[in-house]
Amino acid sequence: MGEVTLTIDNKEVKAEEGMTVLEAARSAGIKIPTLCHHEKLEPYTACRICMVEVESRGRSELDTSCSRPVKDNMVVRTQSEELTEIRRTLLELMLSHAPDARELQELVEEYGANRNRFAKEPSFCIHCGLCVRYCAEVKKKNAVVFVKSGVRREISFNKEIASRECWKCRECFELCPTEALQTAYLLTEALTSDSSSFELEPDA
Amino acid sequence: MPLIKSPEELEKVREEILSRRDPHKLCISVCAGASCLASGAGEVIAAFKAELEKQNINADVDTKGSGCPGFCEQGPVVVIHPEEICYLQVTPDDAGEIISQTIVGKKPVERLLYTDPDTGNKVVKMNDIPFYKNQVRHLIGNNIKIDPKSIDDYLAQGGYAALAKAMHEMSPEQVIEEVKESGLRGRSGSGFPAGRKWEFCRNSEDEHKYVICNCHEGDPGSYADRRLTEGNPHNVLEGIIIGAYAIGAQDAFVFVGDEFPQTVENMRLAIKQAEEYGFLGKDILGSGFDLTVRISIDGGGYVLGESTALMASMEGRIGEPKTKYDHATDRGLWAKPTVLNNLQTWANVPLIINNGAAWFRQTGTDGSTGTRVFSITGKIKNSGMIEVPMGMSLKEVIYDIGGGTVTDKKFKAIQVGGPLGGFVPESQLDVQVDYDQMTDAGLAMGPGLIVADESTCIVDMVKYFLTFLAHESCGKCTPCRDGIRQMLHILNNITAGRGNKGDLELLELISTVQKKAALCALGQGASDPLLSTLKHFREEYEAHIEEKRCPAGVCKALGAVSSGANV
Amino acid sequence: MDNDKIGQIIDKYQGEASSLIQILLDIQHENHWLPRSALEVVSKKLNLPLSKVQQTATFYKAFSVVPIGRHEIHVCKGTACHVNGAQDLLEEVEEVTGIKPGETDPDAKFSLKTVNCLGRCGLGPVIEIDGKTHARMSPAEISDALKKYE
Repeated sequence: MGEVTLTIDNKEVKAEEGMTVLEAARSAGIKIPTLCHHEKLEPYTACRICMVEVESRGRSELDTSCSRPVKDNMVVRTQSEELTEIRRTLLELMLSHAPDARELQELVEEYGANRNRFAKEPSFCIHCGLCVRYCAEVKKKNAVVFVKSGVRREISFNKEIASRECWKCRECFELCPTEALQTAYLLTEALTSDSSSFELEPDA
Repeated sequence: MPLIKSPEELEKVREEILSRRDPHKLCISVCAGASCLASGAGEVIAAFKAELEKQNINADVDTKGSGCPGFCEQGPVVVIHPEEICYLQVTPDDAGEIISQTIVGKKPVERLLYTDPDTGNKVVKMNDIPFYKNQVRHLIGNNIKIDPKSIDDYLAQGGYAALAKAMHEMSPEQVIEEVKESGLRGRSGSGFPAGRKWEFCRNSEDEHKYVICNCHEGDPGSYADRRLTEGNPHNVLEGIIIGAYAIGAQDAFVFVGDEFPQTVENMRLAIKQAEEYGFLGKDILGSGFDLTVRISIDGGGYVLGESTALMASMEGRIGEPKTKYDHATDRGLWAKPTVLNNLQTWANVPLIINNGAAWFRQTGTDGSTGTRVFSITGKIKNSGMIEVPMGMSLKEVIYDIGGGTVTDKKFKAIQVGGPLGGFVPESQLDVQVDYDQMTDAGLAMGPGLIVADESTCIVDMVKYFLTFLAHESCGKCTPCRDGIRQMLHILNNITAGRGNKGDLELLELISTVQKKAALCALGQGASDPLLSTLKHFREEYEAHIEEKRCPAGVCKALGAVSSGANV
Repeated sequence: MDNDKIGQIIDKYQGEASSLIQILLDIQHENHWLPRSALEVVSKKLNLPLSKVQQTATFYKAFSVVPIGRHEIHVCKGTACHVNGAQDLLEEVEEVTGIKPGETDPDAKFSLKTVNCLGRCGLGPVIEIDGKTHARMSPAEISDALKKYE
């Protein structure tokens, strides 16, 4: 793997080929907000909050830093008025689901987001997919998946798998940026909806 | 049927088919497209057959269910060859009269002919009807002569000659060069030059390559793609085979929706016939080139029009778009080099090989060559499938081909490009069917044109498209999923009389962010109907918000009684 | 739908997990909906987590995971049908049958579904009952059209 040099926020940054812009920035102590990103998981590019401005080979565009591979001589800007507007609006869209989510609060302050910009849709879930992907990619269990599509998309526990696997794991709970409310709620619901088919393991 | 092993054998087979056919023999073609079948074309064909038998002349007259000639609104369409006498809205009860009057008596049945609405004159021949006369029908002109279920019909029209020519007179590179020369651009809407895409894929190092024909057409209110494939499947197939030869692909797929059973059925049969004749399989036409074509049926979903979602679906996964930094021509289906082209792109290929790039360029504009097949629907008089030369203005399409609005209600807008396209007001109808002009006008070159008149509420239409997208988005990324949800919420309020000052600005804010931040083309274009109407029809939104009034009289909460039907 | 039949469908695709969508489509065509028991068989035979099979069955529009009645009503919501009054038509069907899109009535007589475009735009608004097209329908005709079905 070769080394590349790029510029992030006017700072020269050395990075390994194959790294993402986000990784390069973080290695240089430059902060880019993320919500659906997790080091152990494949880039997902769903929350879009990590978007940055990338200039490469004479072309400037917006892209998600969690997925964008670094290139030699790339110029990245992580802050601009445009990016602030994007991040603020994305936050406001997410706040319509989870107005009190702890992980959103710091960003709300930073970007001056208005909690009441949009109509409330209190599902508590911001569809970051951390629980879903962690369960599939790290735990390889697929106990929780997204079902349906479009605005109806939601997470769902499969009760056979969940009854076997979840009580002893529950690692996804702490990943949830909305403090596991939805995760725990849905898990409980899935486990109790047809309790005759299996026995719950006692909570150790 | 023995396998055809060379161009000479192909010509022999063709001669043999033609020798069995008397060009002067009478033939009753009944459109067997999905629309005419729904209007009773099947019963009409049966009635003709029964009547011919009754009059004991069934040996002298052929009957056939043909590919769709396009005038769907006037179906079932019946054409009597060789004179091409055209009858519209034919019912089984008309069969007897047509046979005694036209077939036996050689006189047209006046009441079933097209009537020119301006002059009141009757038009006898198909190609004299303004709807047809003003089109350039390179791709669909033969449909009425072809039974899509008969490969012999396609061969009788010169079918697979381009394949023989490409394989025996041209190298793959020469085929690519010819397609590049022709200026053919991808008909999916983005308009990427087809020949260049093929060249990238051919030059890709991996030897295993794929070709995909996208027949998905998820746009609501658009059916040109599926009807074209359904009406002349061998034409599309021949294009695919030539393309695969040029690219060096061993496997090809036709990606088509489960909701289009006729398209699937006709394409499946066409593939089987092509295998039997030796146009597919091993050593095609003795060239040494092998190709398998399979049908991949999609489970439904507009988002599958996005290439990464389409390929994910073909691999058996959820149709969710992915951020990608490789071109499909390097890493596409199963991570192999892949060319994905729309079926209309493939359908043009045999024309280019047969007639040459220079001929192809004669139609269209400098930047957009050839023709474009659309379906034109909504509040338009002549609704149907049409083929127009690139460079024709939307005004000509609407008035010269479409015949104007269906009633005397005033034209309001034409919607181009479906849920990710825009609305064009009367003042801008000089925009031409041309990739660059369409892009400049904020439109997408989708296969559907929908006409709205003054009884159509623009706010309701935009709400309709966003409702569609709310279900059809995959739901993965925030700006698309939640942006659409909130836009829809605001529009629902506006049409329910609960609109507020500032709503339009908020809609514009969401649109701006969505356009920049969404993961794929669906999210990036989801606000296009909204933005184009905020530009051209802002006062209609304002009437809903400020005066609590729906000028078109559609929104029920604002006092309307019906939702826009011509009652 | 019995397991043998499902097994035959899966065998047709050589039991390949990548054929999941094609297999579910075949079951949907045969059985008109995807019962949980069928999904379980597919999951086992393809060696795929059941959750993944359920995800696929709820993502794509062609599938139904709720039982279907004896007669299927499809109301076309294509754009051309929309501008010609499909919404009024849908509301009337809902009124007469007492069900919303995606639902089946308690007697399992009708199932109602909206479809994106039947491709018969020149004949709109269009509804399809058990595959038969009813062209240029008006709300007033719905009640009579549905009476014919038992």
